[in-house]
Amino acid sequence: MIRSVPRSRLFDGLYLTYLVFFFVYLALPLLVTAAFAFNDAPFPSLPWKGFTLDWYLADGTEGRTGLFHDDALLSALWVSTKIAFWVTLVSVALGCVNAVLFERLEFRGKEFLYLLMLLPLVIPGVILGVSILVFYSGMANDVSRLWGLELDVFRPGLTLVVMGQVTFITTLATLVIAARLRKFDRQLEEAALNLGATPLVAWFTVTLPWLMPSILGAAAMAFLMSFENFNTTVMLTGSDTPLTVALFNRLREGSTPVLNAVALFLMLVSALLAVTTLRQKR
Amino acid sequence: MRSSAGRLSLILLLTPFLLWIVLLVLLPHLQMLRVSFQVRESWDTLVWGVEQYQNFFSESYYWRTFVRTGVMSVFTTLLTLLIAFPIAWYIARLARGRARGLLFLACLIPFWASELVRTYGWMILLRESGLFSTWLQALGWVDGPVEMLYNDIAVIIGLVYNGLLFMVVPLVTTLDGMDENLVEAGYDLGGGHLTVLREVVVPWAMPGVVSGCIVVFMLTLGSYLTPILMGGKDSAWFTQQIFTQFITRFNWEQGAALGVLLLFLSSLMVWLGLKLTGQSLRKVMG
Repeated sequence: MIRSVPRSRLFDGLYLTYLVFFFVYLALPLLVTAAFAFNDAPFPSLPWKGFTLDWYLADGTEGRTGLFHDDALLSALWVSTKIAFWVTLVSVALGCVNAVLFERLEFRGKEFLYLLMLLPLVIPGVILGVSILVFYSGMANDVSRLWGLELDVFRPGLTLVVMGQVTFITTLATLVIAARLRKFDRQLEEAALNLGATPLVAWFTVTLPWLMPSILGAAAMAFLMSFENFNTTVMLTGSDTPLTVALFNRLREGSTPVLNAVALFLMLVSALLAVTTLRQKR
Repeated sequence: MRSSAGRLSLILLLTPFLLWIVLLVLLPHLQMLRVSFQVRESWDTLVWGVEQYQNFFSESYYWRTFVRTGVMSVFTTLLTLLIAFPIAWYIARLARGRARGLLFLACLIPFWASELVRTYGWMILLRESGLFSTWLQALGWVDGPVEMLYNDIAVIIGLVYNGLLFMVVPLVTTLDGMDENLVEAGYDLGGGHLTVLREVVVPWAMPGVVSGCIVVFMLTLGSYLTPILMGGKDSAWFTQQIFTQFITRFNWEQGAALGVLLLFLSSLMVWLGLKLTGQSLRKVMG
């Protein structure tokens, strides 16, 4: 079934049909979600009532509140952005350190620690959230009961959400950056050292620029994964609701085209991030 | 001098790693394990016990959901593999040049949207007032609105959709590295399509298959949104019960026990998958 092995017409036809069906299956849910962000009707379903930008722009005077006037959603968007910013910063920094640790250094127990590093990938997100909640929030409860001290950072809230997401996003960032570091030609670094650079200077002028594309890629991925995460986040969130949780709560009350508007907005932001990092890589 | 500098850099690099893995992964999970064996006698006294685990086995609602979640996750994983394999094969072996890159990118596009958005898209399509129902009526194939949401098939459609990318990417990567001469040799030696597939292609693709299956299984088992939003009254998912214990009932001890059980199931399946196929976690994931 490779190019050099002859295939029958029928087989080719069936294969192509399958491919078409597959890509329709992939695209359909997103296309309809995007389309109904512009339908001039209070409920995202057919028939099509005409094009409108109300679900973005309406200010609530005619019974419709668009995304840009919906304070609850906008503040949730801001909360998510803050979380994603910190998660990206911490997990990419940790990812760089881990990549150097596992690609460059030899030490006892390395194999075992590498397996530990992979561990967060095989733990369901809900469990990551639950365990952090039990450990930190439980600790805050005990401290408050025993000594009357209030450790509010460890109550459900932004800090815990950031910690929960960093747990698994760090592993992904490490894998992305380590893959690039593996391809680095160490002679370049040695050349820099021979030319009189200190190890630190060699690292910042030779190795780091080589790693830059993977660092940016890891950052974009970390930002998106954090922004889109629900399973870990929902266990750890406090009074400041991040966007995915806010959308989920809205969706349970019933769907309105504002949800479609947010969804399309998110898709565009992710697409933009993805395209910029792809451009960077060239 | 050299070795002391090496030591220093090892310590400097090892510390952040250890802080991360100990404070965010190991300690929290050990604490969860500990809490799951504590029984609350009154509001501030705890004793050791296995009451939470007894509850799990004595209340059929818990373990039935547990088994159901496990079985449906395995089924979803296999279905995802079956659907994704021909696609990955086409991208890795049959498509050329630009088409290849474009098809691969097209596989990634749905994942620019979050799980919530994807699930929402399926809800718009499948529900009673949804697009499929409207289209079927317009075609005259059905008389009234059809509800296609809130059943197990809908849940599986959504779960497979969520997992596809994580299956296609590792499959394409491994199939891409395969030498076509191997396949040709298989045919030259008189093998039919099925024999070549079984004896040459599948063994070669095994690391990709295992890695895809592990990730998809984990995602499916731990998913929350898709089964909740697309499932019916009878299609409970185990993560939902953990959520209920923690958020609605504030019964952390029971919730921790259920969490430990879910973690046990997922680790067991990952381990079995690796053992049965003779792969290692390092080769598959790293």
